[in-house]
Amino acid sequence: MQFLTSQKIRQFIFQATFLIVIFGVILAAYFVGQKNIVDQGIATGFDFLTTTTGWPISFSLIDYSPRSTYTTALFIGLLNTLLVGLLTIFFATLLGLVLALMRVSGNKMMMLVGTAYVEIFRNIPVILQVFFWYSILTHLPGVRDAYSIFDIIYLSNRGFMFPIPAFSAGDIGLLLLALGVAVIGYFLLRQSNLKAWRLPLFGSAFLMLASFLLISGHPPETPLFSIPEARGLRFVGGLALKPEFTALLIGLTLFGTSYIGEIIRGGLLSVDRGRLEAGAALGLTPFQINRLIRIPLAFRAMLPALANQFVWLMKATTVGIAIGFPDYFAIISTSINQSGQTLELLAFLMLGFIVINYSISFLMNVLNARLRLKGKS
Amino acid sequence: MSNTKRQPPAHKLNWYASLRKDYFAGPFDTFCTLVLGLLIGWLLFRLLDWGIIKAVWSTEHKDLCGYETGACWAVIQDRGRLILFGLFPYAEQWRSTLACLVIIATMGLSCLPVFWTIRRLPLLWISGFSIFVGLMRGGFWGLSLVTSEQWGGLSLTIFIFASVFIFGMGLAVVFALARQSNMVVIAKGIGLLIDLLRSLPLLTLLFAAAVIIPLLTPDWLQGSKLMRVIIAFSFFFAAYQAEIIRAGLQSIPSGQNEAANALAMPYWSKVIDIQLPQAFRNTLPSTINQAVITFKETSIVTIIGFFEVMASGNAVIGSGEWTQQFVEVYVFLAVIYFIFVFGLSRYGAWLETRMRLGHV
Repeated sequence: MQFLTSQKIRQFIFQATFLIVIFGVILAAYFVGQKNIVDQGIATGFDFLTTTTGWPISFSLIDYSPRSTYTTALFIGLLNTLLVGLLTIFFATLLGLVLALMRVSGNKMMMLVGTAYVEIFRNIPVILQVFFWYSILTHLPGVRDAYSIFDIIYLSNRGFMFPIPAFSAGDIGLLLLALGVAVIGYFLLRQSNLKAWRLPLFGSAFLMLASFLLISGHPPETPLFSIPEARGLRFVGGLALKPEFTALLIGLTLFGTSYIGEIIRGGLLSVDRGRLEAGAALGLTPFQINRLIRIPLAFRAMLPALANQFVWLMKATTVGIAIGFPDYFAIISTSINQSGQTLELLAFLMLGFIVINYSISFLMNVLNARLRLKGKS
Repeated sequence: MSNTKRQPPAHKLNWYASLRKDYFAGPFDTFCTLVLGLLIGWLLFRLLDWGIIKAVWSTEHKDLCGYETGACWAVIQDRGRLILFGLFPYAEQWRSTLACLVIIATMGLSCLPVFWTIRRLPLLWISGFSIFVGLMRGGFWGLSLVTSEQWGGLSLTIFIFASVFIFGMGLAVVFALARQSNMVVIAKGIGLLIDLLRSLPLLTLLFAAAVIIPLLTPDWLQGSKLMRVIIAFSFFFAAYQAEIIRAGLQSIPSGQNEAANALAMPYWSKVIDIQLPQAFRNTLPSTINQAVITFKETSIVTIIGFFEVMASGNAVIGSGEWTQQFVEVYVFLAVIYFIFVFGLSRYGAWLETRMRLGHV
């Protein structure tokens, strides 16, 4: 039995067994699956993608009706997940930065509030928070008694109503014209001694030009903004944020803020004190020190942890199904119930999330490579 | 001790100067302090007013709820048992309470450094878990049988957490060792599995376990839905925990491994006596953090139809009688989660400080 004691041969046998067992399990699952699928009369293949769904989707960025195909439905799900996920990432990062600056500010009151926020929102499951906000939003008064802010923003159990710009193609043309003029002026003054003032100068020039063009060149009978208005039991006009969407966004953002805030705080604390003191010695104001020294340096340190957190938040959008928000997972789940094509749809589900998550990781790696301190550090 | 370092003289500020430095260092600080102070004061006052002063405490006065009063804690008095125990038979609920206390005691004991050896810790957890299951399930010594379909509320949450933690930890060790192994096929295969599990949301995995496994396995292998979900959850936990353990394994100086090889120690002795104890010790704060996250994520199983504490809370609100008291119920649930999670995370923070000081 000499050959059994040789490590190489033992390892070979071990690995071969591992592979055989894995393939055996996959094959067995395949055959049992085949048998079950035939027994239960489930359809297979990808033909269902071109058939109509026959069920409605409550939240969609593009046109959808029950006569649309499964491909459209899946695409809507992906869009919804991306919308909620990216908005959450955006707001949570912004609020997280504020939170982190509060916690390192040195003002005891701000530190207290920041700590309390983190401890409360981080230690309660995100799904409970989403349920809570959803209940709050659906228990708001009805359309007739809706809370309003200056009669243009409404809060009711139908969700948030906002005014949105209702620009026609002509209006957008005028805006682009104003933008073009401002940008040309910006570059013409490149060499002059007014250089430092270029941005505010041309920003205001653009605003003035844009409002002038819009007011003078706009047909007077159509309004520039679509303002929500209560008519009977529903609102007309404006932009509606449904309670499902709003609750999910608020819940995820507040939860994500506590985690991202801690990551940013870690990054800020990792900045060498000497550099901050050097900034102060050069006469920079605290605000300038934060903007020019602390945040750029901290940003590099915290990027990997931030990337992980972004991926995590993207995955957390799946709790939307609990309150009826049609994210990618919810649409897949409904599709499975309706079409019975379990395996194919689950493959789509996994593929969708793998693509999203690897894209985020890839983008963050590119950013990391671009931002890395050049030369010797 | 005689060799204590002399501390530099403390820079003492009088109370006025320190107050000024901490709260009113400049116009911006003063503004923030005042605004936040007013905000906190107002919030605390409202909370006190709502939660205690104007609250309705007992079911006798529940008619008062909703009329210019504060919190209606009567809902907790009325339905608290449903939230905590689910559909567990009323007369047997002491067993559920006791079982939860056993697990909490196990968690408490495993925080003591005495138990931190590679043999005592698994032993402690497995015996604690067995007592828990025995008490919950019954069927011996005159205890009536309560099958897992009747388990619910907080005890189901704790059961899921404890099973995932124990089973997942074992899997995680296997995963971590396999990924570190010099057998290429196994290392790559397990690495792929870990990366796949980590890129998927937990909910999709649990959903797959609940829906797909019955389709792909013969009837005799399926087990109950709860078992399948716990196994899927354990794989998810193990994928994350394996990476933590791997980091711990990599932090061990390579000289130790070479010394063990020079002494011709067998593989398992190397793993059990040298590598794992240090790997766990070095990554204890991350492990606790992972436990915290897992405890919070048990609430996800409510979506695929289990009656754990989150779902039983929702059931109370959905029952019609207490629909308006959703804030009270959610606050109660939040407090339950908060106690567990905050306790664990404080312990993790304490450990981290202790380790930084070099006491572990």
